[in-house]
Amino acid sequence: MHALYSLIIVIALVILALLGAGAAGWHTLFGVIIPYIAFIVFVIGFLYRVVDWGKSAVPFRIPTTGGQHQSHTWIKQNKLDNPSTTAGVVGRMILEVFLFRSLFRNSRMQISSGPKLSYGSWKWLWLGAIAFHYSFFIIFFRHMRFFTEPVPFLFEWLDKLDGILQIGVPTLYISEIVILASLVYLFFRRVVVPQLRYISLASDYFPLFLLFGIVISGVFMRFFIRTDIIDIKELTMGLVTLHPQVPSGIGVIFYIHLFLVCILFAYIPWSKLMHMGGIFLSPTRNLANNNRMQRHVNPWNYPVKLHTYEEWEDEYRDKLKEAGIPVEKE
Amino acid sequence: MPKRLPKPEQLGETIDHTPPRKSWMQTFPEFRPGMYSYPGQPKNVNAIDGANPRQWAVRDDDWQLPENWQEIIYEGLKDRLKKYRTLKVFLDICVRCGACADKCHYFIGSGDPKNMPVLRAELLRSVYRKDFTTAGKILRSLSGSRTLTYDVLKEWFYYFYQCSECRRCSLYCPYGIDTAEITMMGRELLNDLGINTDWIMAPVANCYNVGNHIGIPPHTFKEIVDFMCDDIEEVTGIKIEAPINKKGAEILVVAPSGDYFADPGTYTFMGYLMLFHELGLDYTWSTYAAEGGNFGLFLSQEAMKKLNAKIYAEAKRLGVKWILGCECGHMWRVINQYMDTMNGPADFLEVPRNPLTGTVFNNAKSTKMTHITEFTSDLIRNNVINLDPSRNDHINMTYHDSCNPARAMGILEEPRYILKNVCNNFYEMPEQTIRERTFCCGSGSGLNNDEFMEMRMRGGLPRANAVKYVHDTYGVNMLSCICAIDRAALPTLMEYWVPEVDVCGIHELVANALVMRGEKERETDLRGEPLPGKEGE
Repeated sequence: MHALYSLIIVIALVILALLGAGAAGWHTLFGVIIPYIAFIVFVIGFLYRVVDWGKSAVPFRIPTTGGQHQSHTWIKQNKLDNPSTTAGVVGRMILEVFLFRSLFRNSRMQISSGPKLSYGSWKWLWLGAIAFHYSFFIIFFRHMRFFTEPVPFLFEWLDKLDGILQIGVPTLYISEIVILASLVYLFFRRVVVPQLRYISLASDYFPLFLLFGIVISGVFMRFFIRTDIIDIKELTMGLVTLHPQVPSGIGVIFYIHLFLVCILFAYIPWSKLMHMGGIFLSPTRNLANNNRMQRHVNPWNYPVKLHTYEEWEDEYRDKLKEAGIPVEKE
Repeated sequence: MPKRLPKPEQLGETIDHTPPRKSWMQTFPEFRPGMYSYPGQPKNVNAIDGANPRQWAVRDDDWQLPENWQEIIYEGLKDRLKKYRTLKVFLDICVRCGACADKCHYFIGSGDPKNMPVLRAELLRSVYRKDFTTAGKILRSLSGSRTLTYDVLKEWFYYFYQCSECRRCSLYCPYGIDTAEITMMGRELLNDLGINTDWIMAPVANCYNVGNHIGIPPHTFKEIVDFMCDDIEEVTGIKIEAPINKKGAEILVVAPSGDYFADPGTYTFMGYLMLFHELGLDYTWSTYAAEGGNFGLFLSQEAMKKLNAKIYAEAKRLGVKWILGCECGHMWRVINQYMDTMNGPADFLEVPRNPLTGTVFNNAKSTKMTHITEFTSDLIRNNVINLDPSRNDHINMTYHDSCNPARAMGILEEPRYILKNVCNNFYEMPEQTIRERTFCCGSGSGLNNDEFMEMRMRGGLPRANAVKYVHDTYGVNMLSCICAIDRAALPTLMEYWVPEVDVCGIHELVANALVMRGEKERETDLRGEPLPGKEGE
């Protein structure tokens, strides 16, 4: 049901763009106003969320340690999974952010009669996640060609690299295939694996369908419903240079694509997609395991009522003396 | 063991990991005996000025909550969202990828979908979304929001006391979301309403008033230690004196009370006594700070702080130079991750230095507290003690990494180094079940009570199953560990799933192997079992 709701919402969004930018011809709304609003919502929302997280205190240093700690000189410390220095933490974070280190550790439990348990390595989720994020990343930067003039070498190069297979006209991008495959995988595992289906919310399916919509509309635009790329660049450059203009020759498919992208960006700050910011603020990963070496200060530490030694000795003095245990006051 | 506990084969057959058809938001747990812990007794709640002390039962319809309980939770959550970035970030960023699901021992052993860490957190997250997020306010059920009803609150109690805060899920989470943190916050919020368990409240009250979880008064502590010294004399022929509350000693030694309360922990405690005697260490036990463990950790940060404060206070009063902490799991989570922050700075102490080897423990230069396996491994490395590992030849050993030393500290090699030097037959359990990936005993975080037995046996299944593997493959008959809750809980777990395996602490084995000056020829180990080659004599 959750999946269905999400699908209906995304279809409704497509129809909205189809009617608005197509039938009604509100090109300025869909080509200029909504993109600006979405961009502002994204930037302000994202900053608001990160600052809001930042305002919450970090009272304790509680890294999850994934290896040997710093101990004797003759015992090898696992400096990346159990860092005790800032350099180690940076290394750990790089592994997390760029290679999804923790997800790479993933295993799968199987139970057979007995009961007998076994745990096998299970890298598919890691592979799906890496494939999705890196293809998204490449596609995102590839699109920077539309927002720069002259186009920097890096973006041109990325575009060439992505199309290196040189299949078809226009050239099929590797990232297009990879992102579709990974989205299909990420969607199907949610639907097929019973536990995942059980935990999935509408807010898990919605971004998947939205991304499907964006990728499919993008692919359609390139291969099936061609629209004039020069006009599009005129529009996007107009947005970037704050001199927005709406060329007349742009097909409605572009507006659908752009509208879905706008929805995605505006949606990010209010959703689980904020994990891209949150990972950097996760205290179990971004702190060193050096509490015994370096004191961590809790900004809201407050005194509590204690049962002091003096009170305690008063209660037990006779017994202590009888047992021959030394006391402060005879 | 309770009579109603199903037999292991039967229990195994009931494990089904397929979730029900009905949405988790509409199903609520049935409080079945064996699956929940009893509530805190008023006298124990009163001992630390806890909220809403009263007689109540978990299966009552009315839990006798304050009228404004929803408001108390709302305000409590709001307050903690500001105080803990962990809570705020972890509630916000979960993508429900499910990587954590089959990492939880309680999920593996029960099949209950709400024991998947992701869903355990959703129980709190769904309420948080409704009251604290924009999307939740607008979209309600579509965004996974729920109103905090009486049923939801009872569900919190059920599942936040079916999590042992072992942090295994957090190791596998791509964002490091730590369910222990969620559970701790959940338990704090519940405790604000007076919802807690007596197996936690009683030790907290005892530790606060008397000085240890069990409530052993100081004179009885001395009797117990004297009794142990008699046993040691019987085995070794050496008369040991154990210093108690000795002012001006160099080192304050703090052990978990489990080690002087019951077997097999007591053998470990005898191990400490023998080692310190052999070294001629200038140390002292304390009967005021007679507890290394800290059940406050399982209740609230405030309770944890109250109990932990005694250690530094006592170190200061006795005028020691540094503190040595014995074998205990959650104790070391508190010492490594909370103690200095809560009750430091310990600027009246010196950086721990092993008086026999001269080794300075720089990794404890702020806390001034060293782990006993760091200490003993240093002794062995420097050949300070004389060991005869063949005295442990009747033991086929495996080692259980306790959750907290593994995932909240990273003390993995020191115990192994000691084990390899004190016994000849050491076999590791499968790779996916040891070191940082270790499985909980099933009874951690204050869940090692009798009424919770069925869930303990279910949660302990992954650990027991790995022990069974090395038992069947290598004939392992002893499971060693550095945790007092393990030593209390694992014997029951072994008796249920792998009856041929015993449980011990590392310093019991050290003491067996320790060749002491002036000792008589040993005939038995500390348990009175004949040594290899001495059978039938």
